[in-house]
Amino acid sequence: MTEIPANSFYVMSGIIGILVLASIVCILLRFKNPQVDYTELRQRIQSWWVMIALLFFVLIISETASLIFFGFLSFLAFKEFLSIVPIRHADRPVIFWAYLAIPVQYFWISQGWYGMFIVFIPVYMFLLLPLRMVLIGETKGFIKAVGTIHWALMLTVFCVSHIAYLLVLPIKNQAAGSIGLVIFILFMTQFNDVCQYVWGKILGKHKIIPKVSPNKTWEGFLGGLFSITICCGYVAPLLTPLTFTQGLLAGLLISSAGFVGDIVISSVKRDLQIKDSGTLIPGHGGVLDRLDSLTFTAPLFFHYIYFLVY
Amino acid sequence: MSKIAKIIFFAVIIKPLVILGLGLNIRGRKNLPLKGPAVIAANHNSHLDTMVLMSLYPLSKINRVRPVAAADYFLANKLITWISLNVIGIIPLDRSGNTTREELFDECHTALDNGQILLLFPEGSRGLPEEMGRVKKGLYHLVKDRQDTRVTPVVLHGLGLALPRGEALLVPFNCDVIIDAPMETCESSDDFVANIQQRYNSLFELCITKNNEEL
Repeated sequence: MTEIPANSFYVMSGIIGILVLASIVCILLRFKNPQVDYTELRQRIQSWWVMIALLFFVLIISETASLIFFGFLSFLAFKEFLSIVPIRHADRPVIFWAYLAIPVQYFWISQGWYGMFIVFIPVYMFLLLPLRMVLIGETKGFIKAVGTIHWALMLTVFCVSHIAYLLVLPIKNQAAGSIGLVIFILFMTQFNDVCQYVWGKILGKHKIIPKVSPNKTWEGFLGGLFSITICCGYVAPLLTPLTFTQGLLAGLLISSAGFVGDIVISSVKRDLQIKDSGTLIPGHGGVLDRLDSLTFTAPLFFHYIYFLVY
Repeated sequence: MSKIAKIIFFAVIIKPLVILGLGLNIRGRKNLPLKGPAVIAANHNSHLDTMVLMSLYPLSKINRVRPVAAADYFLANKLITWISLNVIGIIPLDRSGNTTREELFDECHTALDNGQILLLFPEGSRGLPEEMGRVKKGLYHLVKDRQDTRVTPVVLHGLGLALPRGEALLVPFNCDVIIDAPMETCESSDDFVANIQQRYNSLFELCITKNNEEL
């Protein structure tokens, strides 16, 4: 158990404050309109409480606990992805090997071995998986199978593990500590989803990509982009080594990348004709439904600050 | 003694394995019968089917749940027999055809009379992974004269991929468990078979993992 750095502590308290507010609003809504069914909203907020509690708990306990947490998250997301897409039964051993890549990837992170962290999945696993698949000898559907498994590994393990690497970067903002960066990217990504949703609800008219996601509108996207950019400008100097202007740019990046991540996972689900990727998180769906934007924002934000500051 | 063994077995091995090693997409949990007499009729693809269904129950109720399993398989040798009877608490069913229909279900009826919940697989044996075999009529004959017992159809999907027949390596995959409302009583065995088959087909449509084996 370490002492929480001051700025991180303020932002964590603020997040809990927002949740308290959301819970109160939900209770008032149910009180005001008893005939309307608010089950999903209530479940959603309850699940947020659980997710935030878990996250803050591991972040406060130790770096190791946090790495195990994100590794487990990768495991859940990878498993969920492979459970919904078409795969060949013959490839079970290949998938087993792919699972083994998860602890290894997080081990490189725990050692702070940046070079290995950044090439292990894109290079070594990329070459190893088709080798293992060739040894099985099933050629029918080979291209699709090898592509599916590696894409899943990139999205759910490589991309998500960038959040974890933020924890082992040298601390450049003492008042935020190593957890500041993680809280920043997680909060901004999820808040961006909320902002795009709310702006879309209020002003939404012109659809962006009706074929993939009929609820996404230009108004929602631009409203989210504007809100998150401003928000990042002010919060970035608190939680990250970035300045106000660099924070604004980070906001632009996170908001647009988050939008793309969201619609990419939407396309996957639409292709498979399913609504949610799982049922693990009540009110939200599966792990992937929650991590969708993060798979895009995490690596982009990581390399943005890595280029600027490290 | 064996009651405690069953609780420990499920608390320490089966529940963690099912939650962490597999992961379930459960739908219709409120339809799960928590009180007997009741029958759960599920499709059969993997050894894990029984374990997954039993793990849906809280530990306090786990001793009420009795899987009906093939005697030739689960009483094959001394060790397996001991585990099957004492730790899992199966009701062995003779598939050889040497037992008359009346005697065949004796133990099942006793269990139902005691308010227990039977788990059985009306296809008779494990089919090919993720393929539904034909429902047999045995289940109808078991429940036709029992006014107190209703059949709850359950569809499991994805387990045949996690641990198919004849494989030892478990690979984690999420599995669907979809629990339907209990069935009404049926006039004839053909009626019953057609009815439950139709239920199964519509439950399969709800599976999140339904695209899983098409490549």
